Amino acid sequence: MRRANVSAAAALVFKRDLTLALRRWDEVTQPLIFYVVVTTLFPLATTPDLAQLRTISGGVVWVAALLSSLLALESLFRSDVEDGTMEQWVLSGQPLAWLLLSKVAAHWILTGLPLVLISPVVGTALGLPFDAWGTLVLSLLLGTATLSVLGGIGAALTVGVRRGSVLLSLLVLPLAMPLLIFGARAVSMQMDGDSPAGPLQLLAAIFFLALSLGPLAMSAAIRISVES
Amino acid sequence: MGPDAAVLEARAINVWRGERHILRDVSFEVHPGVFMKLTGPNGVGKTTLIRVVCGLLPAESGEILWRGKAVRSASEQFHTELAYLGHPNALKADLTARENLRFLAGLRQSLEDSDIDRALDRVGILSRGDLVARSLSAGQKRRLALARLLLADARLWILDEPATNLDVAGVTLVEDLIAEQVAGGGLVLAAAHQRLLDESPITERLELS
Repeated sequence: MRRANVSAAAALVFKRDLTLALRRWDEVTQPLIFYVVVTTLFPLATTPDLAQLRTISGGVVWVAALLSSLLALESLFRSDVEDGTMEQWVLSGQPLAWLLLSKVAAHWILTGLPLVLISPVVGTALGLPFDAWGTLVLSLLLGTATLSVLGGIGAALTVGVRRGSVLLSLLVLPLAMPLLIFGARAVSMQMDGDSPAGPLQLLAAIFFLALSLGPLAMSAAIRISVES
Repeated sequence: MGPDAAVLEARAINVWRGERHILRDVSFEVHPGVFMKLTGPNGVGKTTLIRVVCGLLPAESGEILWRGKAVRSASEQFHTELAYLGHPNALKADLTARENLRFLAGLRQSLEDSDIDRALDRVGILSRGDLVARSLSAGQKRRLALARLLLADARLWILDEPATNLDVAGVTLVEDLIAEQVAGGGLVLAAAHQRLLDESPITERLELS
């Protein structure tokens, strides 16, 4: 036997979460169903007139994506902390930040990416024009990935708290506001015929900031959470 | 012994939980070839001490030293030489016994299938290797956690009630594993309230009160 390197360890965490998700399929699909249901309810509650819906379609899709991502985040670290796996990760001698980032990446693939992929369909049902698809998908790609990292920090902080979901929303929602504003704005600028490059670049900047600092914050928060 | 000798040392550890002063100036040394058995009644702070030594819980004062260096400043090196078995077994109910080992012990060592089979065989659950952990009995789960210990290839073992849920044969297995680890120049620190290697010459006792 020889010591496993960091990338092998991170890959194991990633693979493990995908394996687990395949065996608990119902839990993983829940946010996606929520997303589709919420966006479908909108035309029923407001107006079936596509011309009117079109003006709010980008915003509705973005709000729904934000909320369903939050819904999926609450239990991100819970079972690993409760069954003692997290302690073993902390003591594994591998950098905890990398293991957690790998876990968050798996989580995004399972919950964030499906939202992004289905969003053109959902958007079209709300009258989103075809030429805004690209902007919507790109903004949601950056937005949901950033949200997974931000939510990971929140989930790591609230993992020891009973009924932590309210606290998690309070922590993460303010941080997520810029994403919502820039994301929805990019889509509406595209629909108005303007270039959405500005808000998209801001989203990308926030994403890389979260990606570089988020894992360190997560690992610090997890170390506090396993103390109890 | 030189300054780099594999010695675990605790110096004047103090831990408070709220108003309660749980650990009061606890000091001890564990040398290679020694099984340090931590005893004392329930609630006396055995688990707390174990978590402090591992670095999972910070102590209010005092220091843990490994190879003469404070582990707080060199925790990564300490953790690569440390295998910890806590109260929870750290198993995923939806993964098979083999997968559990591959995904957790594999974080430390690059494992071949034969390594995993050998460890499962040693703890007596090789025939259960492809069952999901949820269908194992409590004792079998503990044995699986012990298999992870074997795969960690660590110099220092820190165990919290290693024989929980085990039958008589299982307790003997734990004793054998500890004796083997110690005979190979390893160190073992374990909290245990039941009999565990009580008459053995390798055993030293630390009684918390």
